[in-house]
Amino acid sequence: MLRQNKFFFPVLIILLLTVLICAIAFGAVEILPSEMYWAVVHFFQGKDPANIYEGVFIQLRLPRVLLCAITGAILSVSGVLMQGLFRNPIVEPGLVGTSSGAALGASIVFVLAGTFSPAFKSYIGPFLLPLFAFLGALAATYTVYSLAKNAKQVSIMSLLLVGIAVNAVCLSGTGFMSYIARDPQARSITFWNLGTFSGASWLQVLIVGTVAAIIFLLSLRYSKQLNALLLGEEEATYLGIDPDKLKRKIMLLNTAMVSVATAFVGVISFMGLIVPHVLRLLIGSDNKKLLPASMLLGATLLTLADMCARLILAPAEVPIGIITSLIGAPVFIILLKKFNILQQKGGGNA
Amino acid sequence: MLKTININYTIAKKQILKNISVDFMPGEFAMILGPNGSGKSSFLKIFSGETSHFSGGVLYNNIPLKNISKEALAKYRAVMSQQPELSFPLTVEEVVMMGRYPHFTFSPNKKDFSVCEEVIDLMNLHAFKDRNYMTLSGGEKQRVQYARVLAQIWEKPSEGCRYLFLDEPLNNLDINYQQEFLQIAKKLKDDNTVLVAVMHDINLAIQHADTLIFLKEGELAAKGKPKEILTASLIEKVFGVRTTIINNPVTNAPLLIYT
Repeated sequence: MLRQNKFFFPVLIILLLTVLICAIAFGAVEILPSEMYWAVVHFFQGKDPANIYEGVFIQLRLPRVLLCAITGAILSVSGVLMQGLFRNPIVEPGLVGTSSGAALGASIVFVLAGTFSPAFKSYIGPFLLPLFAFLGALAATYTVYSLAKNAKQVSIMSLLLVGIAVNAVCLSGTGFMSYIARDPQARSITFWNLGTFSGASWLQVLIVGTVAAIIFLLSLRYSKQLNALLLGEEEATYLGIDPDKLKRKIMLLNTAMVSVATAFVGVISFMGLIVPHVLRLLIGSDNKKLLPASMLLGATLLTLADMCARLILAPAEVPIGIITSLIGAPVFIILLKKFNILQQKGGGNA
Repeated sequence: MLKTININYTIAKKQILKNISVDFMPGEFAMILGPNGSGKSSFLKIFSGETSHFSGGVLYNNIPLKNISKEALAKYRAVMSQQPELSFPLTVEEVVMMGRYPHFTFSPNKKDFSVCEEVIDLMNLHAFKDRNYMTLSGGEKQRVQYARVLAQIWEKPSEGCRYLFLDEPLNNLDINYQQEFLQIAKKLKDDNTVLVAVMHDINLAIQHADTLIFLKEGELAAKGKPKEILTASLIEKVFGVRTTIINNPVTNAPLLIYT
């Protein structure tokens, strides 16, 4: 195991930086490192970009790659948090309703925003979409959690089943929204359900980045408590932790960051499953190491996936959700097999 | 010392505990015995602070339990419950370090590491330190949990007592470790330590306990020193089993024979 290896984090960081630079450089337009350098220099001098390459770099490529990296980090950290909360390795935001709830909230905004009162809209400003996504995500996640929880703990079977039901409700709500929507609205819902970074802007980077930074710091503070929760709620209580309070806090933090990211980039499934799984194999499950490592690896992998999404059919783009699902679904099945869930008669806990 | 006063506990209209008042004194090892469903584990859960849905009072160092925060209590009260399972891979050392969680905020300090070392040595776990907890056998897991619990209350608090509660600590253990677990607990015994264990094996309890507490259907059936209270009629009343009590020729203590 690599868990004793002091080079692990430096390697992750170097990997992330390399991928970031490649992702910035490659795309429909290639950008040379010297152009990146001058674009940054001109930006800080307050000048306009000197040529189209610098412009693409500053206004399109850089915010896109950053938003993508932050989203990857959020989704992976969210996977770790939710798995710790549910004490279960196969939980991720897509399975427990967070993503589809956020999608429903967002589609309501896409279609019905015209009917909201202008005063309300101007008061909320650019946070209208994230707010609705957050409310939808929170409602769906909380429903799944409270229905799947029996007396003592959350069983995987009921979790998956309730997840299916709640996801179906949210999907049909989203479907209804796109049915009554006008064409461009329906198209944004479709794109959004598959996930895309093509609309990335600096404002989005700022909002998502701020939320992510705050929540990462807070969740690191809870890493000890989350570890204790791995022993079970009773043991955690004996170690001086209030499990119910901890669960409420984590669920809130987690839903907040996932829904904010989801509000801007759409539904990207399975990231929260792949990254923690790989890392648990490499460095174990101590949340103090797992959380920062997931942040780094999640950012790296999603940036890589987005680069593929841009390059495979260049100059057209494949929605990134298609790529992550293609890789993530097999990982999910491997996990199910590994924990013998496919063979269980039902109701058991792994 | 630990006092419980008139504990009543009801789940789903079934009364699990009826008016239990017991004092646990420092410097003695108290063991709770009783048949399945007699309320032993519920009693432990109540005085250890796991549930708060009961009526009656629990006092630690003469302070009501409800006035003590969970964080503060965790610094001087440790509980070993029946075999917790992990759903994720952690090393043995990481699990043992959890016992120190109440004592540090973010990162363990030197003291925490040295306590972990000591309890790992004590439980003979050195060879397992970097092993994945999930791959251990039942008995090995038990030793790790015991080490974790000991680490939690390893140093005595500056005032008041420390408390160690063991809920059927000997499941899965071979006789060698059964004896060792109880010997280690006895070594902690002093004027500032309250020791309580829920036990199954009456003869082991007689051998190691200073005080025996018998529960039957949620009521206190007997409490006292083994030599003083142990009779065949008590055992038959509590467990419904006929026994003969003879004198253990080696220890001179009573010895139960099932006849």
